[in-house]
Amino acid sequence: MLRKRNSIRNHSAESSLFMRRTIVVFVAILIAIGILITNLYYLQISSFKSYQTRSNANRISVQTVPPNRGLIYDRNGVILAENRPVYSLQVIKNKTNDLNNDIKRLTKLLSLTEDELKKFNSNTRYTRSFRAITIRDQLTPEEVALFTVNQHKFKGFSIQASLKRYYPYGTAFTHVLGYIAKINSRDLQKIEQRGERARYQGTHYIGKLGIEKFYEDILHGEPGQRQVEVDSWGKVIRTLQFTAPVPGKDIRLNIDINLQLKAQELLGDMRGSIILMEAKTGAILSLVSAPSYDPNLFVTGISQTQYNKLLQSKDRPLINRATQGRYPPASTIKPQMALLALNEKVITEETKIKDPGWWIVPNSKRRFRDWKRWGHGMVDVFHAIEQSCDTFFYDTAYKLGIDRIEPFMRLFGFGEYSGLDLAEETKAIMPSRDWKSNRFKQPWYDGDTISVGIGQGYWTVTPIQLTKATAVLARRGENIEPHILGSIISSGEEFSPVHESIQPIQLHDQRYWDIALEAMRGVTSKRSGTAHRAFANTTYTVAGKSGTAQVINMKEDEEYDAEKINERHRDNAMFIAFAPFESPEIVATVVLENAGGGSTNAAPIARALFDEYFKNIPPPTQ
Amino acid sequence: MVSTQAQKSIFYRLHIDPYLLLGLFALMSISLTVLYSVAGYEMIYRQVTRLAIALTVMLVIAQIPPEWYRRWAPGIFIACVLLLIAVLVIGHTGKGAQRWLDLGFTKFQPSEIMKLIMPLMVAYYVSQYTLPTRFKQAVIALLIVIVPTLLIAKQPDLGTSILVASSGLFVLFLSGISWLYIGIALASILAFVPILWFFLMLDYQRGRVLTLLNPEADPLGAGYHIIQSKIAIGSGGFWGKGWLHGTQSQLEFLPERHTDFIFSVYSEEFGFIGVLLLLTIYILIIGRGLWIANQAQDAFTKLIAGSIILTFFVYVLVNIGMVSGLLPVVGVPLPIVSFGGTSIVTLLAGFGILMSIHTHKRFNIKR
Repeated sequence: MLRKRNSIRNHSAESSLFMRRTIVVFVAILIAIGILITNLYYLQISSFKSYQTRSNANRISVQTVPPNRGLIYDRNGVILAENRPVYSLQVIKNKTNDLNNDIKRLTKLLSLTEDELKKFNSNTRYTRSFRAITIRDQLTPEEVALFTVNQHKFKGFSIQASLKRYYPYGTAFTHVLGYIAKINSRDLQKIEQRGERARYQGTHYIGKLGIEKFYEDILHGEPGQRQVEVDSWGKVIRTLQFTAPVPGKDIRLNIDINLQLKAQELLGDMRGSIILMEAKTGAILSLVSAPSYDPNLFVTGISQTQYNKLLQSKDRPLINRATQGRYPPASTIKPQMALLALNEKVITEETKIKDPGWWIVPNSKRRFRDWKRWGHGMVDVFHAIEQSCDTFFYDTAYKLGIDRIEPFMRLFGFGEYSGLDLAEETKAIMPSRDWKSNRFKQPWYDGDTISVGIGQGYWTVTPIQLTKATAVLARRGENIEPHILGSIISSGEEFSPVHESIQPIQLHDQRYWDIALEAMRGVTSKRSGTAHRAFANTTYTVAGKSGTAQVINMKEDEEYDAEKINERHRDNAMFIAFAPFESPEIVATVVLENAGGGSTNAAPIARALFDEYFKNIPPPTQ
Repeated sequence: MVSTQAQKSIFYRLHIDPYLLLGLFALMSISLTVLYSVAGYEMIYRQVTRLAIALTVMLVIAQIPPEWYRRWAPGIFIACVLLLIAVLVIGHTGKGAQRWLDLGFTKFQPSEIMKLIMPLMVAYYVSQYTLPTRFKQAVIALLIVIVPTLLIAKQPDLGTSILVASSGLFVLFLSGISWLYIGIALASILAFVPILWFFLMLDYQRGRVLTLLNPEADPLGAGYHIIQSKIAIGSGGFWGKGWLHGTQSQLEFLPERHTDFIFSVYSEEFGFIGVLLLLTIYILIIGRGLWIANQAQDAFTKLIAGSIILTFFVYVLVNIGMVSGLLPVVGVPLPIVSFGGTSIVTLLAGFGILMSIHTHKRFNIKR
């Protein structure tokens, strides 16, 4: 194509045409550059004096004043996250007379360490001479006093005050509050994406985890502006105009400090999680995940070694077990299973089955064992929940089938986000046919349903899901969303966010709720109930359900690690409960990793927490 | 150009033009000197890394014979237009300007590639016909220019769209379209200005133009940058305040000191004499580029060489014009001197094409 059209091409004519155009262009370029030069000549030569004067005199600088971050309180007004003043020692190199000598004297005065000196030396090399260099962060009050009385001997050195986030209760609230830390490049990108660059101009810290992250927007505040006049070395002479920053709003959490500390104390050095929630409001009173770590480490900037230690620890302290720990629910979900079976008319209140200690899938030889080897004898639905009979639920689950179980359990929040105000949450796994074929490329087998019937197999839940599901039970199907934030405090006024109501669960007969709940009451009150011993002689009435999960460890990314299994082969202990039975106020979930039986290990902890709760709020006498 | 045997044996075989390379090195030295003054060692380190990458890209591109560009131009052009559309479509989910396409392993701006491919495509099209370009071809070529320009302007990235449009229009101009058409085009652009102002420009773009016309009207708001930049340049005087001693820049009165406003820092510290030196280097590079264009062997290579070097000049003109208060602030870097990753790679890739054109000749022209 090209060649054909060019057949009569006159190359020398084209060349000379191009040459002519080039010359025109070159002349135009010279003219344009001439204009630029004329303008620059005008600026730099003709108006030099005027611009020089302006450069020397007109030194108005606009500085961003970062807002103070909002404080976080517990429900009683106890401060959980505050801003503490910290003092740092700085020097401006070209204001000193003899820097080396000064540093030597300072080393004696404040006993500066090798590391500090090394860091300082490398900083001096890379910082312009009129910029402040920090010598030591976070001086103690003694050091501040010591330096201040000697300040006249150190020209160019000064103490700068700033505010630093501090979490007075350390490890106890890490998994609720999270922490703030220095803004890194990834945070900057997000800030940029939200179009909030101006808002974060003077801010150095941002919420990285937990409540600090979730409510970053509320806590951060709006920056102010200061127009200042500065001298030729950038030192502020006077402030011309000042727009005060709007501090971040304070927030009050639903967490109760007493219950939170009590829960942490009860967990001790076990691995696990405790959640206490108000049944009527969904307010989280306590949310503990153990082991924990000190969030203050992250505010100052954690060292790589310390961080690696946390990261590589077998106990996984960085994970919030309450919302990210995936555990098989075990027997804790038997009440819901019974509800479904009643509603689907698979069983009735009177249905009794014989439990010889095992159950066989019809038309096969696959045998499922009950936890009680010799069996429970003739079992009805009450008995099955109270004594946690596995055989009864093997049979029930088999008759229900996964296609009825899975959607019903989702109504209780299993396999879904709980709606809790923390970004760190997993949906865990509510298995279904589709899920299995996507995940394993395998069909769903009857045996899978049988395991699901007693909360084992593929089914995993998080403690917050269990808490929510228990509340829904206690409220007879009325749905609820758990939340940590109680209210936002803004210029002396307090307002609570309104929570949307969610569609309640409808059963064919309200009586079914009574059956499941009465059976749960039996767990703690009847002599034969699994948690009877733990709840003897309470001043309030309790309903609950124990669970003993036959797993080796919490499932994190479904990793199979033979070493860990050998070390930690004991069952997970779980207990869910609510009280008082007649008009539920509080819901508890206790999950203890590798602690053994749920009724013997987890139930007493739930009891202790209920005792603590009702100590302050006497239950209504019925 | 008469090249000696020695040059042919080393530079010619490496497909490098030593004169252009010398000019580029001079600019890079100025860049590093000013960057140190603005931001210290770290910035230097990062810039050197980028320069090394960009020089490698230039060398690689210089090895590719121009015939390949002709062959690949339409395909790459179409792919690039599709990418620009993709950026806009995906961009609806994000906020603000959406120029980047995330490939998973790396992010890149299709508009940067468009800067290079636009002159190739227009040259590819018009060089199929004999020069001078006729009216019908000129209209089609204009369409080729307008579509990507609008796509980029919509991101919104005014600076880049100006550069892309001018790189295409330069090809048309060099291909010898009639002065009459050029006159008509200029007249219609003038007529278009009011429409642009009232209907197409965004508020912030209008603000920039108003600021340009009278920066003192809002000295602490929109006009702040231009005033501070002019004070920086003006207070430099004839000899400048000296390296590392520019108070305007060191005390952070100047915005974007290491990128778009680096010329202000340079003029403050090195004065009018430094400005003359810098502009001389630019003129020499542009002169050399135009020389190479005239020495090129066919219409296609002449046009792309001419367009690349003229676009390079547009960078210089727009950047210096905007920081010295002659043009609105549109976000165009000072070529090779400003700190910045993609723009340096694109610029040096363009020089790679120039060098390729100059060193891949099938036969010697004898006159």
